[in-house]
Amino acid sequence: MCGIAGIIHKGKSTNVGGEMQKMLQSLKHRGPDSTGFALYGHGESNNYILRFKVGENVKEGSSAVMEDESIYQERIEQVNKKISTSGATLHKEEQITPYSYRYVISYDGDLLDLAKQIESVEMTEILSLGKSLELIKDIGDASVVADQYDLGDFAGTHGIGHTRMATESGVDIRSAHPYWAYPFSDVSVVHNGQLTNYWNNRRALEKKGMRFMSTCDSELIAVYLADKIRNEIELEEAMRGSLDDLDGVFTYLVATKDKLGMAKDHMAAKPMVLYESDDLVALASEEVAIRTVLPQEIDTYDPYEGEVKVWQA
Amino acid sequence: MASIKKHKSAEMGLHDEVLTGRTQQVFFNPEEGENFFYHDSYKVDFNKRTEIDANNIECIDINRKINELMAKGYGTIVIKNPGSKHSIGVGILNKLNLIIEGSLGYFGIGSVDGPVVRISGRVGWSCAENMMAGKVVVEKNAGSCFGAAIRGGDLICKGSVGARSGIDMKGGTIIVGGDAGAFTGFMMQRGRIVILGDVGPNLGDSLYDGTIFVGGSIKSLGADAVEAELTDLDIAWLKRKMKVAEIEKKIDYKKITKIVSGKKLWNYDNLEPTERKGAI
Repeated sequence: MCGIAGIIHKGKSTNVGGEMQKMLQSLKHRGPDSTGFALYGHGESNNYILRFKVGENVKEGSSAVMEDESIYQERIEQVNKKISTSGATLHKEEQITPYSYRYVISYDGDLLDLAKQIESVEMTEILSLGKSLELIKDIGDASVVADQYDLGDFAGTHGIGHTRMATESGVDIRSAHPYWAYPFSDVSVVHNGQLTNYWNNRRALEKKGMRFMSTCDSELIAVYLADKIRNEIELEEAMRGSLDDLDGVFTYLVATKDKLGMAKDHMAAKPMVLYESDDLVALASEEVAIRTVLPQEIDTYDPYEGEVKVWQA
Repeated sequence: MASIKKHKSAEMGLHDEVLTGRTQQVFFNPEEGENFFYHDSYKVDFNKRTEIDANNIECIDINRKINELMAKGYGTIVIKNPGSKHSIGVGILNKLNLIIEGSLGYFGIGSVDGPVVRISGRVGWSCAENMMAGKVVVEKNAGSCFGAAIRGGDLICKGSVGARSGIDMKGGTIIVGGDAGAFTGFMMQRGRIVILGDVGPNLGDSLYDGTIFVGGSIKSLGADAVEAELTDLDIAWLKRKMKVAEIEKKIDYKKITKIVSGKKLWNYDNLEPTERKGAI
């Protein structure tokens, strides 16, 4: 069934990594297979932060193909070469797990060209490429992933996250949420639900040159929004369009470098509980997640069918 | 206990077990109060009051504790710090004053028969699902599927409710002080729903029977839901129920819209499918 959560602080930075960890951990029962975070921090001196992986987590429960870890080193060397030949400069290089990396780069060219170059290396997938977005996802619950990637102290203004119960695709990182709205920096999506016209939309978007990395229907929302943004349609308008263009039952959250939005399908078949105050907005599939960061009695409500809302950080 | 009258279902051998739930033996004489109990129900004293601090307790243990306290004769139980946990207060088949100081998660107060429950906060999806009898009052908002498949009792939300309130409802009354979402009363089979605010699309879709009263605007009616004439009897009933619901806001009863089933769906006629399409 999957769980989604998000939080945005209006004009204030907090320990958004720790907040999202608590919220997502409380939603573990909705999806124990994998957990993902899209966190919006303070960036690295206006450089791009590149989160990517060169292989899959193949621990017990994963449906990914087992590989020898030595292949990762070969791939990372190829990635470094591609970054260099694309005209980007690598400032900082961190290996988080044997297969996942965090780079800080400077680059003035077209992000799509750079992304294509990097992803031309076998099994390499960019999880995020942005100036404030850092997208982390892996197999396991929120505590496992947050500990593994040291997210507990991540400072920022907002974030969205997802706990996944794998239904229509495998238990692996590529099928985990959030999805980056490739190739637009700092745009990410999490989704709870099922899209029933996935292949029709995917084929149409692929004809337009959009890229899919998985067969997870949730990725379609990220690609759909990316296509709209590419055509200079405002985020909120694109989200409203998605309610008519995407069939199925769904609630999704989308975040950009300074905004967080939610959309709920016309049937309102997937849950979302919302709390809004002058300082912050917190929303999740279940109120119990919101209460992990706001333990006091609060007034919450369910947004209605067909509702789209966007908040500014 | 009074002897069970011969009834067609008894002749068919369906009553070898003694079923005493008030909604199961409808052919009992309702005056015979001794029939209105479950075998394992408790004699409780409403003046005997106690509290449960739900902080750091799993819902299964909270519900077990409620049962233990009723067994000790406590008739008023206050749950503190419920923290929006799921399934609190499920399966209470007893008279009881249950006071929830805070909010509940999903499936709160489900499958109950008899208690009076007051919730000072909000409730998540499917509050009081399958309720047989009793009264549940929610002071703030409620999620979707509020009162799904209730058979009896009064379920009141003073705030607004999500989509599909009263879905599959088979009796009882749901009263909402605020607005309601899409598909309110979806496949409702019996009972009454009162929404004092506005209602979303597809109100009363595939309504078999029962009545829906709406004080505000209706975005759209669902298949086979039709408007009916509001009678003086309806208004008298509504006024009575508002007192039960403890809703004090001023209501212009004459402006309330009454929605009932058009009874043109498959089980109300013997039309062929093509004829039925034309009828709808």
